[in-house]
Amino acid sequence: MIGWIRALDAVVRRDTLRFFKQTSRLVSAIVRPALWLLVFAAGFQNVLGVSITPPYETYIPYDVYMVPGLLGMVLLFQGMQSSLSLVFDREVGLLRLLLTSPFPRAYLLFVKLVAGTILGVLQALVFLAVARLAGVDFPDWAFITVIPALILGGFTLASLGLLLSVYVKRLENYAGAMNFVIFPSFFFSTALYPLWKIAESGAIWIVYVAQINPFTSVVELIRFALYGQIEWKALAITFATGLIAFMIAARGYDPQRGMLGRKGQE
Amino acid sequence: MVYALSIDHLVKRYGKLTALDAISFGVETGQVTALLGPNGAGKTTIFQIMTGLFVADSGRVAILGVDIARDPVAALKQLGIVFQQSALDPDLTARQNLIFHGGLHGLSRSDSADRAAHWLAMFGLSDVATKPCRQLSGGMKRRVELARALMTDPALLLLDEPTQGLDPKSRKELVETVFGLARQRGLSVVWATHLVGEVVDADTIIVLDHGRIVGQGNAADLLQHTNTASLEDAFLALTAPTEEGQAA
Repeated sequence: MIGWIRALDAVVRRDTLRFFKQTSRLVSAIVRPALWLLVFAAGFQNVLGVSITPPYETYIPYDVYMVPGLLGMVLLFQGMQSSLSLVFDREVGLLRLLLTSPFPRAYLLFVKLVAGTILGVLQALVFLAVARLAGVDFPDWAFITVIPALILGGFTLASLGLLLSVYVKRLENYAGAMNFVIFPSFFFSTALYPLWKIAESGAIWIVYVAQINPFTSVVELIRFALYGQIEWKALAITFATGLIAFMIAARGYDPQRGMLGRKGQE
Repeated sequence: MVYALSIDHLVKRYGKLTALDAISFGVETGQVTALLGPNGAGKTTIFQIMTGLFVADSGRVAILGVDIARDPVAALKQLGIVFQQSALDPDLTARQNLIFHGGLHGLSRSDSADRAAHWLAMFGLSDVATKPCRQLSGGMKRRVELARALMTDPALLLLDEPTQGLDPKSRKELVETVFGLARQRGLSVVWATHLVGEVVDADTIIVLDHGRIVGQGNAADLLQHTNTASLEDAFLALTAPTEEGQAA
């Protein structure tokens, strides 16, 4: 069992080391959501009033509403980045090294997800601190209560990224694929507007898409967790999405059953 | 007889192309075996199946008696692998790459660090151990990869065209190093290559062409079998196309 933990430790350390060596990634991980908060939220503060809807007990400023969505955005980018690192590993040959390690393949993929999730949670907590410094109001204990939601949300989004890496073989194809995933996920969700607001505007189809978008569940899970509450439906959808995405991805990486081994690629 | 590697009727097809056509051979413990063949002969396909990256359509690969398809974890524990393409993290140092690999084999960080220091020193790489791998020469990178493959004390060392991209001096050094280690330590080695000169001293040379074994034995056996004066001539004779489009 200790060998399994050491393998996990090795992958987490390497991914962390790589993350901190990539200064631009480090900076953009915080600057990107901070810009949304400071520019977008400030600009729409008076346009987008948010009524009393759970978990909020009163009317709230727009920046308070946006923070969970931006925490989700941090996790979403990290999830895609961790799958990008798998595509990078494939290009430099390191994926072969990982997949020929003496551990079950699903476990090796799992440790990659754990590494990505840890980085995502850390970035999200740093952003939450930035939001607090920017004057966004939320309970002090939110820093603690949000952690389980960030872990589950981070794992689910990293699993979706892992699934993407099964099908995207080259780094140059990845930017397009990421845009195809990240922006629709973010915009067709409750990250920027509550669903009732979208419904009120008449764009019912967006409401339907947002309702089936797993990213919406991640955002709502985080939103409720910030106030020490659990949104059970969001929890169930997030968990199920992560599990299913991981299982399909693990199958994709299995040479006995997946497409990679049959096609003669790692 | 305990075989370090046992391959039995291995078949692999890509659509209509038969990459491996019922290949069978064994590698005795402590022996150096060369898989010699032109490009497209099936060397890399065998290599990928031996390492569990591909799955064969039929047949069996066993590492020290362990079937890699049935128990890949136990089989992979016995292997040290040097891939055809470099497989180092260019942003990490040589030392960090080795410690990472040690962790992937369940070694503690301190044990991995000790082994990394030992093997990097063994290959004359101590001075560059803290340099990012992207700054190392091709020959140095290959030695780092060899050090990495050996740091887990494998029973069987697999090398897939390990001298690819190296200059003649680095190539010669690598060949001498691996053969020397095999003799000193009783290490079992499988060396896949298309370069005849690299494997003259191998205990067994398996000549592959179009997914089939067309010759097998040590260098003297192959010379006698083909009635030629050099191993290169023997190789060319064995892999020469026939009227049916197959090797002789």
